[in-house]
Amino acid sequence: MAETAAREMESKIREVLQTVKDPEIDSVSVLELGMVEEIVFKEGAAMMKLLPTFMGCPALEIIKKNIESAVLLLPEVERAEAVFIYDPPWTSDRVTPEGREKLKEFGIAPPPEFTEDGKWTVDCPYCGSKYTTMENIFGPAACRSILYCKSCKNPFEAMKPISNLM
Amino acid sequence: MMTKITAETAKENKPYYTALLELLLQLADDDFILAYRGSEWLGLAPHIEEDVAFSSISQDTMGHAAIYYQLLEELGAGNSDALAHERKAEHRKNAVILEEANGTGTYLEEPRYDWAFAVVRNYFYALHKKIKLESLKQSSYEPLSNAAVKINMELYYHLMHWETWFTQLTLSEGEARTRMSAGIQKVWKDFEGVLTLGSLGDEMAKHGLIEGEELLKQRFYARIQPVLEAVRHPMPIPCGMQSGNGRIGEHTKDLDEALLTLTEVYRSSPSAVW
Repeated sequence: MAETAAREMESKIREVLQTVKDPEIDSVSVLELGMVEEIVFKEGAAMMKLLPTFMGCPALEIIKKNIESAVLLLPEVERAEAVFIYDPPWTSDRVTPEGREKLKEFGIAPPPEFTEDGKWTVDCPYCGSKYTTMENIFGPAACRSILYCKSCKNPFEAMKPISNLM
Repeated sequence: MMTKITAETAKENKPYYTALLELLLQLADDDFILAYRGSEWLGLAPHIEEDVAFSSISQDTMGHAAIYYQLLEELGAGNSDALAHERKAEHRKNAVILEEANGTGTYLEEPRYDWAFAVVRNYFYALHKKIKLESLKQSSYEPLSNAAVKINMELYYHLMHWETWFTQLTLSEGEARTRMSAGIQKVWKDFEGVLTLGSLGDEMAKHGLIEGEELLKQRFYARIQPVLEAVRHPMPIPCGMQSGNGRIGEHTKDLDEALLTLTEVYRSSPSAVW
């Protein structure tokens, strides 16, 4: 019985995490970014294991605190702790299909998928054109690059691809 | 397949623990000081896109230093912020070439920084770091091998970035070529300081923390030699360590000055949380 209750709590916590957004991209949740690896609930204590997107990302501490405060609002939760783990490493293919769509709504192209020869292309999040150029692989945040759409003439940002192949 | 070691078991094995601490301090201090030197370029890089790129690379690299300090904290070596900010120069393990000032002047007054030096130092460093991380991915210390996998993914872009700058500038004519050549000479005569694992190198290899220093050096030279030949600038192997051995605490006044600046805010309120 206790086991079932714990599983139920974990899915409740999962629902709460859907409300915790990336501080810089407020349309996308930490779940949709693929940052949540494991949720464990035991005797009033909630433990969330998170995967950092980039090690030097200054938003990580904010995300950790936001997750802990959101989960603590559940009446059954007495203690909440979010920790970062590195195994498995976060890769950009962890962003969910919903997450990819919401990134586009925000004007950020979702991370491209690698083709077999290790190449990738980025489609414009505004008009969908493939006629884009990379202006700078490094962008205003560790996880993003700066691109330009030659079709609709808009500059845009894209999530940097990160994979195990690198 | 070696058994993977955790923080708890590492603490029980004294020789293993000592070698592990030494390795982590070297890794952390190298990334830390180079990230700081990189951050001093903010607003001064050759063009705005480079400003964005270099500061992003420096931010990543500071993140790598932070994870190594975090691993040290988990091993009971002290608080990670204190490790980064409170240790005196003579206790730092970073290679001397990584602490060297970017050029003459200071960030606030007449910064006449040397872009050729920055490109060469960062390119050689990224290349060596790639080789080290490939080895660390197999480390017997599991938290370190996990971190190496993650850091290696970010390094991919750094290496690509610096290789582009290095090749294009060195193959240019005129002033660019001359200055790149001076940069190569300058970094080469001290790069041994980066490649060395210090007096505990054999211990590190014995415990499967990282492969042996000689093997890693061979890989470094095998990787860099074709690049140097391609830019028609071969260098005699091995490189040198003329300005001192940072692994045993030998440092220059450049490190003292850097520490004075970078710890200023921390010292004003050590308990502050950022």
